[in-house]
Amino acid sequence: MLMLGPIGFAAPWVLTALIALPVLWVILRALPPAPRQVAFPGVALLRGLLDRVPIARRTPWWLLLLRLAAVAAMILAFAGPSWKPAAPGNQTGPLLVVLDAGWSAAPDWPARVTRAESALSDAAAQGRPAALLLADGRPAPGALPFAPADTLLAGLRAAQPVSWPTGLPDDPSATLAAVPEGQLSTLWISDGLDHPNRAAWLAAVADRGPVTVVPPARALRSLSLHAGDTPSLTLSATDEAAPAILAIGPDPQGVERELARLTPGDAATAAGISTRPTAIDLPPELRNRITRFQVEGEAHAGAVVLADDRVKRRKVGLVGEADRQAEGQQLLSQLHYLRRALTPTTDLVEGGLGDVLNTAPDVIVLADQVDLAEADDLAAWVDEGGLLIRFAGPRMAAFEDLQDEPLIPVALRQGGRDIGGALSWGDPRGIAPFAADGVFAGLTPPEDVAIRAQLMAQPAPDLAEKTLAALSDNTPLVTRARVGQGQVVLFHVTANAEWSNLPISGLFVDMLNRLVQTARVSPAEERADDRDQPFWTPETVLDGFGRASPAEGLAPVAAADLVLGPGPDRPAGIYAAGERRVALNAGGPLVLAQWPGATVEAAGAATGRDLRGLLLALAALMLALDALGSAMIARGGRVAAAMLLAVMILPAPQAQAQAQEPAPDVNPELARAANEVALAYVVTGDDRVDEASLEGLRGLSMVLAQRTSVEPGQPVAIDLDQDDLSVLTFLYWPITDTQPAPSPQAYVRLNHFLRSGGMILFDTRDGDVAGVGGPDMSQALQTLAAPLEVPPLSPVPDDHVLTRSFYLLSDFPGRWQGNPVWLEAPPAGAEAAEGVPFRQLNDGVSPVVIGGNSWAEAWAVDENGYPTFPIGSGWEGEMQREMAFRFGVNLIMYVLTGNYKSDQVHVPALLDRMRTEETLGP
Amino acid sequence: MTQRPADLRAATLRSGAQSASGHLPALILSAERLAAMIAPGAHGLRRSGPGEDFWQYRPAAQGDSARSIDWRRSARSDAQFVRDREAQTAQAVGLWISAGQGMGYAGSPDRPTKADRAHLLALALAMVLLRGGEKVGLLGQPARAGRVQADRLAEQIAASVPIPGDDDAPSPDMLRPNQRLVILSDFLTDTAWVDALLARAAGIGVTGVLMQILDPDEEVFPYEGAVLFRSLSGAVRHDSRDAGGLRDAYLARLAERRDWLRRRATQAGWQFGHHSTGHAPAVALSWLYQVLAD
Repeated sequence: MLMLGPIGFAAPWVLTALIALPVLWVILRALPPAPRQVAFPGVALLRGLLDRVPIARRTPWWLLLLRLAAVAAMILAFAGPSWKPAAPGNQTGPLLVVLDAGWSAAPDWPARVTRAESALSDAAAQGRPAALLLADGRPAPGALPFAPADTLLAGLRAAQPVSWPTGLPDDPSATLAAVPEGQLSTLWISDGLDHPNRAAWLAAVADRGPVTVVPPARALRSLSLHAGDTPSLTLSATDEAAPAILAIGPDPQGVERELARLTPGDAATAAGISTRPTAIDLPPELRNRITRFQVEGEAHAGAVVLADDRVKRRKVGLVGEADRQAEGQQLLSQLHYLRRALTPTTDLVEGGLGDVLNTAPDVIVLADQVDLAEADDLAAWVDEGGLLIRFAGPRMAAFEDLQDEPLIPVALRQGGRDIGGALSWGDPRGIAPFAADGVFAGLTPPEDVAIRAQLMAQPAPDLAEKTLAALSDNTPLVTRARVGQGQVVLFHVTANAEWSNLPISGLFVDMLNRLVQTARVSPAEERADDRDQPFWTPETVLDGFGRASPAEGLAPVAAADLVLGPGPDRPAGIYAAGERRVALNAGGPLVLAQWPGATVEAAGAATGRDLRGLLLALAALMLALDALGSAMIARGGRVAAAMLLAVMILPAPQAQAQAQEPAPDVNPELARAANEVALAYVVTGDDRVDEASLEGLRGLSMVLAQRTSVEPGQPVAIDLDQDDLSVLTFLYWPITDTQPAPSPQAYVRLNHFLRSGGMILFDTRDGDVAGVGGPDMSQALQTLAAPLEVPPLSPVPDDHVLTRSFYLLSDFPGRWQGNPVWLEAPPAGAEAAEGVPFRQLNDGVSPVVIGGNSWAEAWAVDENGYPTFPIGSGWEGEMQREMAFRFGVNLIMYVLTGNYKSDQVHVPALLDRMRTEETLGP
Repeated sequence: MTQRPADLRAATLRSGAQSASGHLPALILSAERLAAMIAPGAHGLRRSGPGEDFWQYRPAAQGDSARSIDWRRSARSDAQFVRDREAQTAQAVGLWISAGQGMGYAGSPDRPTKADRAHLLALALAMVLLRGGEKVGLLGQPARAGRVQADRLAEQIAASVPIPGDDDAPSPDMLRPNQRLVILSDFLTDTAWVDALLARAAGIGVTGVLMQILDPDEEVFPYEGAVLFRSLSGAVRHDSRDAGGLRDAYLARLAERRDWLRRRATQAGWQFGHHSTGHAPAVALSWLYQVLAD
């Protein structure tokens, strides 16, 4: 290292090249500039003329100077200059570099590596042996080997910070057993925090020689989750700044983005660490979507809190009488109201009590259930902290042993009472205002909520304190009792509109949400083994910079180890056991490290500023100017100006492109489809299939126009990722195995399309090979259709309206025949007697029809109206084509007319009846 | 309806020529000039034919239409007479424009090329002459009179393409008696053809004008420093390290070339003029008009 004033040169011998500059000057001066080329018609007159002075022009002095300065700048740059470089040490003994590599080192990791690299380079230049101790908690067994310093550089550059705290080997003396002769000097590139073994290590290396500590260049902030009934975040920082905390998760379109910003609370400073509690004050819908919290502007694992079950929605088990299938009777079901109220904010589990208990819910809602078989299990669950919400009902009121029924907060009187009924005095009662300090504080009962019947509590001294809500006559409406660590809540009315209109008011939703929020969420680790899940499998892990990646090649972690926090075998991330997920977060309380007996470098003044890049940029600039100057000499000022302009304009188009708003473009084809009926098909990317789809739909459109009053326009090609489907009614989707899956946004549009009455005809086109064991398209179909909201399917029943919407059909052949065609299954238990055994969703139209008969190829006609694909052989084949067309006509009729056609089934019966009435009439 | 590019070019050229020639009076050659033209003619024109002046009355013969009978003269006698006029011929002017590559040169993009200027001058002159009733045509093409000929000429001129080489010369075989020639060229290349042309022309009594059209850059030679000159076709090159030093020699040679041309023209009874594309075309057109009217 050569020092010239404040500038040091790493490779001073390169500077000898500067001697060559005067030679370069002479050479450049002697070389004339290239002549201009001029087109001139009068050359003939110049022929034979001689120049009076042979060399009249030289390179101008300023151009020479520019070139020489550029060359000089390059020579200086290659000499490795740096401004005020770190003072070179003159030690001769071995060097030990301790590099903290936990998440706390991640924020300025490149600077740390650079610092270690320069130290190792210096040691290599001085021929000192060196060792690198990467304190990531994964020490190599045995003593730390010392080696020539330059052999360590590759390992240093490959090192990455880890997502658990910095960890040093347990026994310093064993690790340092192989230190060579000489005084050991130690460079400790610290993350500024205290860690286990750090004090012992500091003492050990201080005994062997001088210790230099490089403190972190910037303040460290970490985020931790305080679990509990109301989870909150804690922001710990080594400075006083309070950056916002970002709540990140998928938005309704499924795109990961920032959902909310939390502002940290007031700071409490202790031992140089400021802690700020931060409440997660977000609407439940928003909170349930959050996947991670992150401190703004921090990129390390400690600033990330992954959201798990503790933050997420409560799991609520619903136990009640099984739903009635039919649509009209749903409004009588108690579970219907509970489901509608709880679905937006919770995860619902429905089933028998035993099944529900097995899923370890946070809340169980019993709707009018008494004399339960699993009462003991339920009692144990409540005792461990579960929240049980019960609703009264006719069955409970009629139960004879109501006095002995366990898990009821207050003793009840059998029979209940009716208020405002035909045989009772008085009017239906309203709800009294809620207590200001109760669970329902702040909610306002609407005036029009009226209770017509309730179960009455036996008077008792503690009745008042158990009452959460009461009627205007002070009889209890909601009561609660604590049982063990859990609680039991009873609504003295039904969860349907039979006894009161409370369930159809917004208050009902608010009350349930308040109650569910009070459910205790037990720490995951305590319950890790209670349902035969002793191991947790990593799902997503973080690296040291807080970036998530899928866990690969990691062994499941024992539940007992998970309590210890992240470590070498269990990086921070999401761990799953069965249905449950727990996050292992790196961040936590910070403890500042103290460095007795060590030299602490001033932060930020560690290394010199490297001037190489600056000088190279300067040289490049000067060479560019030289090019401009040369152009000016050879081509005149205008060319040079043009080049200068071109250089200045170069970045401009990009800026323009950014400024330009993406214009919303409407596919003109879709505009046409909105204006008329048009059949549409999905573009698969396979030209042959797309061509067949287009021709098939064209043929079907032609037949429809000839035979029916439906007169479709030209078929529309649909790119699922781009096009809006809202104007379409019918979508033909041929399945190929090479088709890429549409984007999440496309599935959102497709589901909306299906819900709003559209139909997709899936055609696997494999009717000739399906079922014989060969490769077919069912796998591709499953993959493509999995994100769609496809109802349960069944083969087309014989009496389905699709068989009679225009033609009477018994089979649905396409190019192939004899394969089943699937559509939405009629609900279980529905009777076919009425002739319309279908759910009345989508106006009775199945949203999907699935088959493999390759209909488009049967329908396909070329531009002249002749069939494109052969079917079968001879006359039979043509008959099959005709049947395929008839299926197409029926299908389009079915799509377009909905249940009108199924109502037509009744027309003969109606006419019959009218005739009968006529004959019976006067 | 789309127009062919040649039509468009012809139309622009024609409108430019019209605006350039608009202020000139119709070119009517003087009577002496007509007589002189007729005098050296081998066949003589003292016979009846189409013309303006009275020639003779002759008895009407079979084939004369009733309309051609001069009734005033016939009324004095019993026979019918027809009034004949003396035959007159208009002067025929042949135009020739060099199509060498060098004519496509313009020293600056805001100046027209020499070829453009030559085309403009030629057509403007043709229009003036046609307006005066003369017969005009490109050299080698039949000369015709009438307004339609202006359109035809404009098309022919606009459709002319440069030849690949630098040198272009009119063939002396295309000369015809009773013609006046207008030669438009830059006369910068080999000029042997001028001698041949003038000798032949003197032989058959044809006179005309030599018009040298140059770009201002060719007249002042504004180059400095190291320059590699090459002709437009690239066939001829001249490498110079000090172009500024060549200026005097070049200008001397140019003046010498002009003197030579003027001398030769005068000897053959021709006129020599030169025109710079930096000047207005009307100047050159007036000069051409004057020398042709003499």
